[in-house]
Amino acid sequence: MAALDDLYQEIILDHYRTPRHRSATLDPHDVHVHHSNPLCGDELDLRLRVGDDGQGRPTVAAVAYDGDGCSISMASASVMSEAVTGRTLADADDVAEAFRLMMHGEGVKREEDLGDGVAFTGVAKFPVRVKCALLGWMALRDAIRTYDEGAREHRVTHE
Amino acid sequence: MHYLAEAATEAYEAARATVARFVGADPRGVVFTKNATEALNLLAYSLARRSLGPGDILLSTQMEHHANLVPWQLVQPDAGFELRHVPVRPGGTLDLDAFEAVVATGRVRLFTVTGASNVVGTINPVRELAARVRAANPEAVVVVDGAQLVPQVPTDLLDLGADFLVFTGHKLYGPTGIGVLAGRPELLEAMPPFLGGGEMIANVTLEGATFNEVPYKFEAGTPMIAEAVGLAAAIDYVNGIGMGAVRAHEVALLGAAIPALEAVDGVTVHGPHDPAARCAVVSFSVEGLHPHDIGTIMDREGVAVRAGHHCAKPLVRALGSAATTRASFAVYNTLDEVDALVAALAATRRFFDR
Ligand SMILES: Cc1ncc(COP(=O)(O)O)c(C=O)c1O
Repeated sequence: MAALDDLYQEIILDHYRTPRHRSATLDPHDVHVHHSNPLCGDELDLRLRVGDDGQGRPTVAAVAYDGDGCSISMASASVMSEAVTGRTLADADDVAEAFRLMMHGEGVKREEDLGDGVAFTGVAKFPVRVKCALLGWMALRDAIRTYDEGAREHRVTHE
Repeated sequence: MHYLAEAATEAYEAARATVARFVGADPRGVVFTKNATEALNLLAYSLARRSLGPGDILLSTQMEHHANLVPWQLVQPDAGFELRHVPVRPGGTLDLDAFEAVVATGRVRLFTVTGASNVVGTINPVRELAARVRAANPEAVVVVDGAQLVPQVPTDLLDLGADFLVFTGHKLYGPTGIGVLAGRPELLEAMPPFLGGGEMIANVTLEGATFNEVPYKFEAGTPMIAEAVGLAAAIDYVNGIGMGAVRAHEVALLGAAIPALEAVDGVTVHGPHDPAARCAVVSFSVEGLHPHDIGTIMDREGVAVRAGHHCAKPLVRALGSAATTRASFAVYNTLDEVDALVAALAATRRFFDR
């Protein structure tokens, strides 16, 4: 049996107790997505303000998330927000892909850029909790896609 | 017609007789199904869809398991009846004033209610509710979801005043893959079949078929013989203990568990707190902790609890959350295990507070 400390690493508990970027509002923001998982009842709102890196590439100027979910999903959203703030949208999407691969046990790419995200490797040993860890990152990628498509709002229900 | 086939048939029919005696039903009114869910679907398709229509009300409640919500929703558009639900009050009991308001219209043709809630544990006053529904409309049919009630409280169909009672084997110490629809044979006789195939027919031509007598009309295909016999063995087991003793034991466990759980910092137990008013499932919420985290940690402490919506989303929503943690007691649980449950919850609290 995988050890509990693999799941609830100190870094994860820290983000759970002291969330970063957690807010129900982001003024102004350019895109807002709502992701829910009816099976476990998790709900997540994610808002992005899009900036410019000076070379015409859109960036994540600011992130705010809010929601209702377990410690893993909420801590992961906090970690994600820290890890992607300031990156170009394309780069943020790439970091999110690295996180997804890591959660599926396919190695750790961009370890530096994942930041506290690497603490979630242990969650991969608890298959039922992997979707909790991915929620915030999936919402981020959806927000980027929604923005790229010129929309401002998107709601997704995960089955 | 060989010996082994006959022995199997005999064992299957003996199982039916055991089930019938257990809940005070006529064996001709005992239909074996896959589970409680299938029994409720049978009633939705063969009864509600056929005999209810515009102007009729099908009354259910907000306290139901999805199994007693979705089948009625599925047939509602075809049948055109009005689907209403008795709301649940904050303490986890049915809003009887709202019930009365709907029943007083005299239009309730089918009332379906859980005998005991699988989330808040509330034992509903089924006998009184059934009598009230019938007084307002003598044509009304009363259905009781006994999935939680039958394994925990001595249950008698006539005494309940129900026309139909459904329950499921795996909650009664029996196998999965077997459920029961017990009801009045004359009502079953008047209903069209649910599923078609072998066993349920009297005669078949290419143009049509005539149907077997009840209960066989509702048992299409090769029956769940092994499962039915297994269920009967489980009933023999609880009869050996005595349902009265089962109930008394579970009340004692509840009496110990509810106050002890609430003594843990931040814990709220949902539903009635009087053990006599409830069955032995205990849902609780812990301030600041998510049920999935609680479930994971308690599992590591050796205590299996369920986290989630317990297939009763409208009810859990009414409690003001998306999910709860639930401990379920059975006749084999002990007071020591109540202590272990409480200790595991306290350890979970410490784990996140550290
Ligand atoms: C109150 C209640 N009704 C219905 C059911 C459905 O039982 P099954 O899934 O065996 O059909 C359950 C249990 O899962 C239940 O607790």
